[in-house]
Formats: sequence, structure tokens, C-alpha cells
Amino acid sequence: MISVEKLTFTYPHQEAALFEDLSLTIPDHQWVAIVGRNGSGKSTLARLIAGLLPTPAGTITVNGLPVDEDHLAALHQQLGFVFQNPDNQFVGATVADDVAFGLENRRVAPQKMPTIIERALAQVRMTPFKAARPEELSGGQKQRVALAGALALKPAVLILDEATSMLDPQGRGEVLSQLASLRQQGELTIISITHDPAEVALADQVIVLDQGQVRRQDSPERVLTDVALVEAVGLVQPFALRLKAALQAQGVAVPATITTEGELVQWLNQQLNTRG
Amino acid sequence: MDNRALFGMYFPGNSLIHRLDPRLKMVACFWFVVLVFFAHGWASNLLLIVLLLAVIRLSRVVFAKYWAGVRGLMGVILFTALIQALFSSGGTVYWQWGIMAVTSAGLVQAVLLMLRFFLIITGSTVITVTTTPLELADAIAALLKPLKVLHLPVNQLAMMLSIALRFVPTIMNEVTMIMNAQRARGVDFNSGSLLKRAKHLVPVLIPLFVAAFKRAEELAVAMEARGYDPNQPRTKYRQLHWQRRDSLALAVLVFVTLAFIGLRIWE
Repeated sequence: MISVEKLTFTYPHQEAALFEDLSLTIPDHQWVAIVGRNGSGKSTLARLIAGLLPTPAGTITVNGLPVDEDHLAALHQQLGFVFQNPDNQFVGATVADDVAFGLENRRVAPQKMPTIIERALAQVRMTPFKAARPEELSGGQKQRVALAGALALKPAVLILDEATSMLDPQGRGEVLSQLASLRQQGELTIISITHDPAEVALADQVIVLDQGQVRRQDSPERVLTDVALVEAVGLVQPFALRLKAALQAQGVAVPATITTEGELVQWLNQQLNTRG
Repeated sequence: MDNRALFGMYFPGNSLIHRLDPRLKMVACFWFVVLVFFAHGWASNLLLIVLLLAVIRLSRVVFAKYWAGVRGLMGVILFTALIQALFSSGGTVYWQWGIMAVTSAGLVQAVLLMLRFFLIITGSTVITVTTTPLELADAIAALLKPLKVLHLPVNQLAMMLSIALRFVPTIMNEVTMIMNAQRARGVDFNSGSLLKRAKHLVPVLIPLFVAAFKRAEELAVAMEARGYDPNQPRTKYRQLHWQRRDSLALAVLVFVTLAFIGLRIWE
């Protein structure tokens, strides 16, 4: 469990505090999406949880570990982080070298590395690219390697800071389906900071940040169907929900339980078949 | 851009020379240059030529690759040899004009000098055509290790070298992108005086530097998040393995050195 209590944080050289007395909890083994307008502090919150910024006032604990200077090494054992820019987090000369980077930092014995690397690459289906150099890969493939690099260290929590925002739709789809299958395995807590409604829809919970405060913590269905809220935080409703709303406006009684594109397609097919 | 062709030199292959340990190759190359400087007579030079030709043959790299290495420096070589030929004294004087003189000793010196250039350049080309930049970086990192005793930040240097190599293609792509963006705004990079062309590079370099700093910052955060601590020891995934062929090559080198010393005494 990740808990944030009475967090107050101000960036150096800035007047206004970004967070004041912010409190929230993120339960274990859940996929939590954090959304909010630019400047709402989503990325900062993720970095504070990962101990990548100066220790703020208030307490943040990750699985019982306090986030501060003294616990950084232990903390980084718990956390995997995937950043936005696919190029600027690729450290190794090849895919295998990059996955090995975190293992090297953790002083894993070199004999043990190949097996771990194989397994991590298999998890993100990048095994055939083991010897590829970063310039031979697409953005989506690089992000999957970054994911493998994080997974190789067996983290309890995986944080994605707009990890799909620089990708083309295909790359985004690849990464999201990878995440969905990781969630299936049920051992990871996933925190994804995002603007992408499709990514929000996949999560178990959504935290809506607004002006340094949690405006709402709820299921994606309820957040995404709240048009006023969605507009206030600069999200776009996913296509399925917009279509559903449009159908309902036309008098088609779409069941409320349907929220994803797949479900909607299936339901529409059913309707068309039974009527035709 | 292909990182392996970083210096436009690497020639992919699987020859004995390609497979030798890069550490051995670097040390042997350095040793070869030392021997070149100690070779004064014809016999010792001949030995080095034979050695180099044998290595070139074993590398199975087309000769043109080696020639390309020498050709680039041909101007410098010829100029130096000319100075040597014109301003040396000793032996029979063939021609004299003011302080310039062509003498037999001067000619011999000039030829030896050219030979020395050829040997050194071709000798180092053997490494660059048969070894990938990545292997070279590994070898440099391994060979620097003893300097730890002097409290040199060897691991950090090795990390810097490998990151620099990793980002060369990325930065090259960025240069192309920025140049295209500036072209789209009407900058003409290919005409005008030298000064004008240099000025046109300013709007390329500034965004490039800004982007590079941003990259560096993000990379540093990403490395920290993955547990990198420059002051802590790390293990190494990429291991260099000393093989029997490396011992054999080393033995050959020792043998050649002994023969060389013998020849020097005899000369």
C-alpha cells in the first residue's frame, strides 16, 4: 500500500505550494490512474513517491517504507519507473544491455543475468530484439524494453509517468496490452499518470488531481461518465463512452454496465443480429 | 545511423582477428607502435611489415579499407617526408640550394619515416575495422581499471564513454531533424561564404544544446530511478572472456618481440 499523508511540497524558487496537506492511499495490486490538467502535480506526485525529488513535508510510505534519503536504496528495490521519453531512459547499448542496467546497479551476479533478462524480455514479448540497438527500435518497442528493465527487478510497484504519451497509436496499444496482461498476473501495483482516456478506462481506480488536491478517487466508469468532471480536468471521454452517450441521446437504451469499446461492439452486434 | 559504423570503419566479419579479445587487440596495437619506433634497420622493419601483412590477411577485410585509413593522411605523410628529405644532412650530397639539401642519409630517413607512418596508421586501422565501438569501450573500461589505485573515477569514466556511444545516433538524428526544421524556415545551409555558413549553424547548435541538456537531465533521473549510484560498485553484464586464441596471439606477439630484439642487436 502506498500512503501519502499531509503532503506539502513547493518546488525550489517557486512561491506557491504545489501540494498542501494532500492525503491519499493507493491499495496493493491495483491499477490506479492519476489524471489532472497540466500543472496539477501528477508527475510531481509520482516523483515524490519514488523519492526522486527532495524529501517534502508530510509522510509518504511505500509498503511501510518511509520515502526519505535513508531509505532510497530499499525504496528503489520496491519501485519500477517508466518515463515519458522512450529515448532518454534507454541506457544500454543494446536491448539486453539496457535490461541489465538495473541488475548491474543491484549487483546481481553476471551468471544470473541472462536468465533474468530472457524472462523480462519474454514478459514484454521483445525476445527477438535482444541484440537490437535502440536506434533500430520504434518508440513503443523502446517503452516495452523500459518496462522489461523495470520488471527484471521484480518491483512491487510500477509507476508509469505518461509512458505512452509520446507513442503512435500502435505503440500505445502495444504498451497498454502489455500492462493489461501484467495486471492479470495480479502481483503488481500499477500507478499510471496519463491523459489517455483509453488508459484510464483500463485502470481499477482513478485519482483526479486538481489544484494540488484529490478532487475524486473513484472507478474509471464513474469518473469517465461524469462529463463535468472529465471536462474540468481536461480529459476526453473514450470513444466508446461518447458513442454510448450519442446512442442514448438518440433513444437507444444502451445498458449502463457497458463501458469499453469491446463490450459496446459485442452488444451492438447482438442487437443487430436479434433485430435482423 | 548505424552505431557500429560510428567511425565509418568497422567491417563486419568473423575472422580470427575479429574474435580476438578487444583488450588484447588494444594492448598489441600499442605494443606494435612502440616496436615501430624502435625499428631502425631494414631487417627489423621488414619483420614488422611481415607481421602486419599477416594480421591483415587473417582479418579478411578488403585491403581498400586499410588503404582508406592511410589515404586520408597522405598529405601529412608526404609533407613530413619532404621536409625530412630536404633538411637532413649526412652521406652523399645530391643537390643543394641554400639551407635545403638532398642527401643520401636524408632520403633514407624520409623513406623510413613514411614507412613508420604507414605501419602505425595501418596497425591502428586493424583495430577499428575489426572491433565494434562497443567492444572498444569495454576494452578501454577494462584496461583503465588498474588506474583505480590512483583514485581515478574509472567506473564513472566507463559509464560516460558507453552513454556517449549510445547517444551518438540519437543526437545525429536530432541534428538532421533540427536542420530540416530550419530549412523549412528558409535557412540555406549549402551556399554563401564560409563565415555565412558557419553563422547558419548557430540556429542548429542552440536547439541541439538545449535538447541535449534536457536529455541529460531526464537520463540522470531515469538512471537514479533504476538504482544507479556512481559511488557504489556495480556488477557487469557484458563480460570479456579470455580464450585460448588470445593466449596464442599473445605468445605470437612475445615471440615476434624476441625476434625483433634479436634483429636489433644483429643490425
